[in-house]
Amino acid sequence: MDKFFDFDKTIEVLQYDFVRNALIAAAILGLLAGVLGPLIVSRNMAFSVHGTSELAVTGGAAALLLGIGVGYGALAGSIIAALVLGVLARRGSEHDSVIGVVLAFGLGLGVLFLWMYPGRASNRFGLLFGQIVSTDSTSIVLLSVCAVVVLAVLAVIYRPLMFASVDPDVAKARGVPTGVLSPIFAVLVGVATALGVQTVGALLVLALMVTPAAAACRITASPLRATILSVVFAEVAVLGGIVLSLSPGVPVSAFVTAISFLIYVGARVFSKVRAAA
Amino acid sequence: MLGPNGSGKTSLLRVLLGLQKLTGGTIDMPEGTGIGYIPQQRALDPTITLRGRDLVSLGYDGHRWGVGLKGRRDRNRRVDEAIEAVGAEQFANRPVGLLSGGEQQRLRVAQALVCDPDVLLCDEPLLSLDLAHQQAVSQLIDKRRRDAGTSVLFVTHEINPILPLVDRVLYLVDGRFRIGTPDEVMTTEALTELYRTRIDVVRVRGQIIVVGAQGVVESDQPHHVQVD
Repeated sequence: MDKFFDFDKTIEVLQYDFVRNALIAAAILGLLAGVLGPLIVSRNMAFSVHGTSELAVTGGAAALLLGIGVGYGALAGSIIAALVLGVLARRGSEHDSVIGVVLAFGLGLGVLFLWMYPGRASNRFGLLFGQIVSTDSTSIVLLSVCAVVVLAVLAVIYRPLMFASVDPDVAKARGVPTGVLSPIFAVLVGVATALGVQTVGALLVLALMVTPAAAACRITASPLRATILSVVFAEVAVLGGIVLSLSPGVPVSAFVTAISFLIYVGARVFSKVRAAA
Repeated sequence: MLGPNGSGKTSLLRVLLGLQKLTGGTIDMPEGTGIGYIPQQRALDPTITLRGRDLVSLGYDGHRWGVGLKGRRDRNRRVDEAIEAVGAEQFANRPVGLLSGGEQQRLRVAQALVCDPDVLLCDEPLLSLDLAHQQAVSQLIDKRRRDAGTSVLFVTHEINPILPLVDRVLYLVDGRFRIGTPDEVMTTEALTELYRTRIDVVRVRGQIIVVGAQGVVESDQPHHVQVD
């Protein structure tokens, strides 16, 4: 057990290219998730992110069957999911059940696709738990391009989106096109989710997209500070998780989710203590 | 603007705000009229990631594209002025969801005023406020009207808290309306004609009480008094 965290071995493994690629990919993902997170939290979209990530898996399975790159399939799957959820769930009260309905059907399709795949899917299919160490330089290019596009679009719609998220009645009255912003944001979240699915896995993508932001929102009510904190938390969780997992060889996801959960618990305790003081 | 529930008060506001299309008739609004809007008092989500000053700031330029780094200094100055004008300096940096209804409503007023509107539309801004806050909020709006010449359209169930501040009353009932000074509209004859049933308007100690077949129609507690 004292060899569980072997410092020298960690340093040694850090020299490998594939490890460096994984860290770069993770850093990009952390930035993306950290910036989107506070908006996801204030729009109550955690379940929607979960639904989107599961449907990224369906997209990946379809791509596998068709012989296209799993990554592209995941991207297509979550963008379609984001749009479908955006169109079907216009009214807030319906949102929850619509996600449940679409998610269940989508996952069923995914099961079918995997069953139809002639080879051994599990070997090539790390979408459920992620396969960040298999990130190569081409996927880093794809990741960077997607991240830049998502952040650029977000920068353009940021203020009206924020307005529509926190104060929809007045935003609408001031001419903010709230009906258009929701699906645009859903697609941005879909893209980020698809990228997250490929690195930390569908089952754990919430640990990056939601947990750091939820922790940040516990600590500050300032939207700017919440975004900065959320990025910092996401980076600590994802980079820290990878580095810690190197020497023991434990799956990355376990550490990422654990760190991110600990940060969240810490943030809750912090806000309790501060409120009592 | 007064009238029973469902008489179209909020619909009229929504038309003026551009949120609803007219099914008939026309609306005459000069191009580029700046409109400030104070929505119906509804408590914000207590966990919302937003400070009081952010709420006001959204009223200034929240509808513009971009992140708003440019013009930050100007915005901060205007937001500070608006917060000061409603006396919200004490709590403007606190999480807005944790503020009291009265405090939130003062920030709402600041949010509506920060864009320097020509017209201010207020949808029952006094609802669920206690008497002291009702007075504070209506005085704030009245001060704005006198200082900046802003026109104010004020939807309310209760005319008495704002009676001394009102120039004209628009009374809507079932698509019929009367417009005029409170003395012209708030009379037994005018309201009997509007409601098409016997209505008595009585003035007690400077307050107006409207009594109809169903009991008290217009008083300080319209929702509580029913004498069937």
